[in-house]
Amino acid sequence: MAQHRRRLLLSTPVLAAVLVLSACGGGNNADSESGASGSVRVDGSSTVYPLSAIAAEDFQIANPGVQVTVGNSGTGGGFEKFCRGETDANNASRPIKDSEAESCAANGIDYGQLVVAIDALTVVVNKDNDFASCLTTDQLAAIWGPGSTISNWNQVDPSFPDEPMPLFGPGTDSGTFDYFTDVINGEEGSSRTDFTPSEDDNVVVQGVAGSKGGLGYFGYTYFEENSDKLKALEIDSGAGCVAPSEATARDGSYTPLSRPLFVYPSVQALADPTVAAFFQYYVDNDAEIAKGALYIPLSDADQAKLVTDFEALLAQTGTQ
Amino acid sequence: MQNQLAGRGTLLRDRVFMWLLFISLAIGVLTLAILLIYVTVKGWPRLDLRLFTNMPSVRDAQNAGAQSAITGTIWVISFTALIALPTGVLAALHLEEFARPDSRFQRFIEINIQNLAAVPSIVYGILGLAVFARALALGQSVITASLTLALLVLPVIIISTREALRAVPRNIRDGSLALGATEWQTAYRQTLPAAIPGIATGTILALSRAIGEAAPLLLLGAVSFITFNPDGVLSGYTTLPIQIFNWTKESREEFQVLAAATIVVLLLLLLAMNFVAIWIRNRTQKRW
Repeated sequence: MAQHRRRLLLSTPVLAAVLVLSACGGGNNADSESGASGSVRVDGSSTVYPLSAIAAEDFQIANPGVQVTVGNSGTGGGFEKFCRGETDANNASRPIKDSEAESCAANGIDYGQLVVAIDALTVVVNKDNDFASCLTTDQLAAIWGPGSTISNWNQVDPSFPDEPMPLFGPGTDSGTFDYFTDVINGEEGSSRTDFTPSEDDNVVVQGVAGSKGGLGYFGYTYFEENSDKLKALEIDSGAGCVAPSEATARDGSYTPLSRPLFVYPSVQALADPTVAAFFQYYVDNDAEIAKGALYIPLSDADQAKLVTDFEALLAQTGTQ
Repeated sequence: MQNQLAGRGTLLRDRVFMWLLFISLAIGVLTLAILLIYVTVKGWPRLDLRLFTNMPSVRDAQNAGAQSAITGTIWVISFTALIALPTGVLAALHLEEFARPDSRFQRFIEINIQNLAAVPSIVYGILGLAVFARALALGQSVITASLTLALLVLPVIIISTREALRAVPRNIRDGSLALGATEWQTAYRQTLPAAIPGIATGTILALSRAIGEAAPLLLLGAVSFITFNPDGVLSGYTTLPIQIFNWTKESREEFQVLAAATIVVLLLLLLAMNFVAIWIRNRTQKRW
């Protein structure tokens, strides 16, 4: 009987070993605590994610005791958590919707909108595509509109050759899709559905790079990263063809496909000095952060607006 | 001799059948081998200590590591085991040794457990989000993840434990009872210890499933960027599958390599767990 009892106990060393290991994990962290402490929770758009992740990384190097986490549930999924008070700030690649604002109001969450960088959506074609260099927004709308039957370049413009046009784009959950459909097709979410959608922009890169007539769109970051494989189209919205670039996105001439990227901190969360210190750092080092994330930094005027917007937000916490 | 008895047709059918078996085996083994070779070759440049000692980084992809994901995984899976193992084993013990086997209630529970084992993991994620994260206000924490994953693996643990208990010969129980032991003593000192090899194997295979789960954790709010190790059950966390998922979404090639290297770490962790299961089985196995 004693022998059997020994056998039963054999399962405990496994659990013990696992617990010891996990205790080690906790130990490492306790060592580094010094100075400021506390935690900041940011979630939201995967487009803005690299910006906030870099801000978090840099801030934690300067303040090792603070724990900053950044999620990427998407703009909408992030706002759902944000308006329940589950996160301190939300990354957004579009302004907050009325329904989301109502949900925040219902839960007593006040917030401010900060523009932290500029993104330019880039329409890309294959490197070997030598016939198209510029499309008008009307042509884009014809290609991407709901029910569109365009499947060949010569349907877009008779001067284009007979070349099949496979389409690639971001998945319907992404802020990029919302933004593109809004400005090109006139209504958010309104798009033909027979293209190859993917949340993973690499899939779009590979798709377009792999077929001569391929066409897709995504953030300027991804185009810069893959400019050796793809060609960016100029966009004509009525005032001539404009190529996507830092300068044209910033001065607004690359319209309508350049867009601001937002962070929405909650006023209630900013009452916590740790959260306030993190966003102060974010605002002060915004240009550096935007460059690190391969986005387009704000112009001087917009940077000055960011600083005053944030000061106004901080002032609100005082009146609470 | 065999030829004379079986005739030509049977022999041919034998051969075809053997080949079918071999091809089926080869499909599984080859797929695994190709996957292993692919991720190892791709991740090779980054398969070093930095993966374990460094934290994730967006800025410095060259030196980024997966320490927070590794410790996060160990934390989450340890608490999953702590919650699911006792609950699952005791539930199975009740069903197998104490409950009346053919009552309507018993059959109802049995069908339920079997169905639960087949429920997609994302459904457990939705349940965990509503109950643990929100109703119980545990938030986006290690314990929320552990409780949810524990629910996910519980049916598997119960089913495998019941199988293990059923494999213990009737005579062992009869002998114990005949010598004057109570039912409880028989179960605790005879039946349960004799079933340990099967329980251990089943449990560790169930935990191996939990360790690779990403879907329910994404819903529960495992974060994408975290540069500290969990320091308590209410701490924020990320796990290896989530970290891998996020890195493969990055456009920079360095992160693709990093993701491949992290997949190798996850596979090694799984291999280690399976090894422990085999070791426990061999240490405790008994033949009647």
